[in-house]
Amino acid sequence: MTSKTDLKRFLGPALLGAFVVGALYLVTVVHAVGEPLLAVTILVIAALAAWLYTSRRTYAYRYLYPAIGAALIFVVFPMVYTMAIGFTNYGSRNLLDFPRATQYLLDQTYAGDASTYQFQVFPDGGRYRARLEDQEKGDAFVSAPFDMPGEAPVEARMAPQAEAGFTPGDPLDLADVIAHEDNLKKLTLVLPAGTRLGMTGLSEYAAMKPLYRKNPDGTLVNNQDGTVLKANFRTGFYETGAGDQVQPGFQAHIGWKNYARIFTDEKFSGPFLKIFVWTVLFAGLSVFLTCSLGMVLAVLLNWEALRFRSVYRLLLFLPYAVPGFISILVWKGLFNSNTGEINLILNGLFGIKPGWFSDPTLAKIMILIVNTWLGFPYMMVVSMGLIKAIPTDLYEASAVAGAGPLTNFFKITLPLIRRPLTPLLISSFAFNFNNFVLIFLLTGGRPDFTDITVPAGTTDILISYVYRLAFQDSGQQFGLGAAISTVIFLLVAVLTVIQIRFTKITEDEKR
Amino acid sequence: MAIVVNKSQRWRVWAAHLFLLCLCAAVIFPFLMVISISLRPGNYATGRIIPTTISLEHWRFALGLPVPGPDGVPVKPDLPVLQWLWNSIKVALVSACVGLFLSTTAAYAFARLKFAGKKAALMGLMLMQMFPTILTLVAIHSIFTRIGNAFPVFGMDSLWSLVLAYSGGIALHIWTIKGFYETIPAEIEEAATVDGATPWQAFWRVLLPMALPILMVVFLLAFIGAIIEYPVASILLHSQKNLTLAVGANSFLYPQKYMWGDFAAAAILSGLPITLVFMLAQKGLIAGLTSGGTKG
Repeated sequence: MTSKTDLKRFLGPALLGAFVVGALYLVTVVHAVGEPLLAVTILVIAALAAWLYTSRRTYAYRYLYPAIGAALIFVVFPMVYTMAIGFTNYGSRNLLDFPRATQYLLDQTYAGDASTYQFQVFPDGGRYRARLEDQEKGDAFVSAPFDMPGEAPVEARMAPQAEAGFTPGDPLDLADVIAHEDNLKKLTLVLPAGTRLGMTGLSEYAAMKPLYRKNPDGTLVNNQDGTVLKANFRTGFYETGAGDQVQPGFQAHIGWKNYARIFTDEKFSGPFLKIFVWTVLFAGLSVFLTCSLGMVLAVLLNWEALRFRSVYRLLLFLPYAVPGFISILVWKGLFNSNTGEINLILNGLFGIKPGWFSDPTLAKIMILIVNTWLGFPYMMVVSMGLIKAIPTDLYEASAVAGAGPLTNFFKITLPLIRRPLTPLLISSFAFNFNNFVLIFLLTGGRPDFTDITVPAGTTDILISYVYRLAFQDSGQQFGLGAAISTVIFLLVAVLTVIQIRFTKITEDEKR
Repeated sequence: MAIVVNKSQRWRVWAAHLFLLCLCAAVIFPFLMVISISLRPGNYATGRIIPTTISLEHWRFALGLPVPGPDGVPVKPDLPVLQWLWNSIKVALVSACVGLFLSTTAAYAFARLKFAGKKAALMGLMLMQMFPTILTLVAIHSIFTRIGNAFPVFGMDSLWSLVLAYSGGIALHIWTIKGFYETIPAEIEEAATVDGATPWQAFWRVLLPMALPILMVVFLLAFIGAIIEYPVASILLHSQKNLTLAVGANSFLYPQKYMWGDFAAAAILSGLPITLVFMLAQKGLIAGLTSGGTKG
């Protein structure tokens, strides 16, 4: 018994010690890789864990810590981070952070030496060997076998040919070298003396010198032509005295510039406004259509004179049960102008073939049709539940008074379910406001506006516009995308406040 | 209901049936079409809705079996549908397990324990649910690039990073499970505590087994949520063998390469099991929430 309690007494501190040591090791490693932000995050997480799981006063938080931690890191932190990115020029032209961009420039080399070497590549059993020959002196060197560089640069050490014990067979011919040119450019050959050689021509390697050297004040000097580069933290580029920007750019804080672009730059404000209007229209109409159809069906399916109600209910629920990414793509195929089955039928019946994907108005109508199809079952089920809660004697009384079904609906059903339904309608509006998957999979935002240069389409809603700015087409404009995301945040926040006013927050879990 | 039946009742019933039948036809139409398309040869409409010749080429494609190429030589399908389905299932299983693990203990604290900041935390969780993940795509992209610099396993184009990204979306699960815990009388655990159980034992041995039904429902919901998630998966995954089904399915219908028939077969193949799971969870969810939601 004593040995068991002894073990228990020591097990706790031992585990804690191991945890702390492990965490500190991890932090050091991550910091060394060059991710200080991540290192600090891990440090805070680990310190918090060590405290919560040892202190007696924090007992309840032991149960909460993993969940709240995960939610903070993967939900709240990205939100805050998105807002922060909105103030930067982060994008494909300014992808690296400042130290990395500087390092990239410092890693650049140029062929400084006049002495060049004749270069050949030999296949060597699936791998390759390089051979260099100094044609003036007649020295020849052969590398150890290496794999053709892919994404990452490769370095190969050279040895004098006599020592390498390699008898060259047939070298790669010029066509093969050209095919591998991009890869070979990443191959650095190191001579026994330590001279580093890089590719300068298809059959030439030459000694490489660093292109830039760093001054104590942080400016970079071009060793080749002597120009001085100075980092400009407003534009996020190293610039020459004349103001020429040198790639790659780095991330810099640019203040409200992104927001100014959204709202004042003609290039962005024009489509932004149009897209905003369509987003509101799309979300509003979607809610209206799904809700009215769902409610009519709920009333019908609660009507006891009707037979086969459970069969109808099951069939009509189907669109909600099929995963959206499948049913949306099914509709995309069915609506296809040339090969789709809908136009096949329309053509057979009326001889028309509407261009569902090329005409902006038709595309919008198609989106609304598909979204109504997708969304009405939810509204139907919700309304059915709410209608069930209405006392039946109300209808009996109205029947005695001689009221018809329409009167019943507008005077009894609708007023009674309106209040509990409103918060659901607002959250449905918020959902459709950001219904990225529907728009992206169905039309991809197309057809595009023809009169502007930014990638934006007539059926794009705000969030799909952000996606296209950030992840598609040419320039990945993360900063601008994040700024628009932040604007959408605010809109959703307003909707949320409205919804909270309509419903007590605790009732929401019944959804 | 004892409503007096008047003359118009009869035709109103017929009208209602007609309306419902039309609507059911509109609901069923896409499903029947997809079955028909998956069975007819070629990728283009043939001018008939019902195929005259039945061909299994698309099904062979979806199942990853060699299909006859344009020159008659069998070629292996270039889109690994089954691999995508398997990826989706892997990610969904692991992230649902992680999500369930995270939310059961948290829900216990919210339902039974007293601590500072409880109300604010519950409110915060609810608010989190209102803001869709998709708004933070840019940040998620950047975060996982950075994590990947330090730990390549959790970087870009890794299924593990997808699991990690999904494990934060647990706010609604916590609320659901909390509601169910609250329907279980606290006296049962108190009795266990009187008998000498620690709070952890009371939770683990007494409360959790009783909450199994809701845990199943939450697990299924988390599973489905991960299977059908598109945006995050589409920015985190690149290489074809790593895609999830939701992202991969989109590559059938590019204008340049329009594989309508192959898509149809793949959609049925992968959509059917997911749909069954979905219907199962819906049924359980309604039952679980009506029993769990009473106390709020």
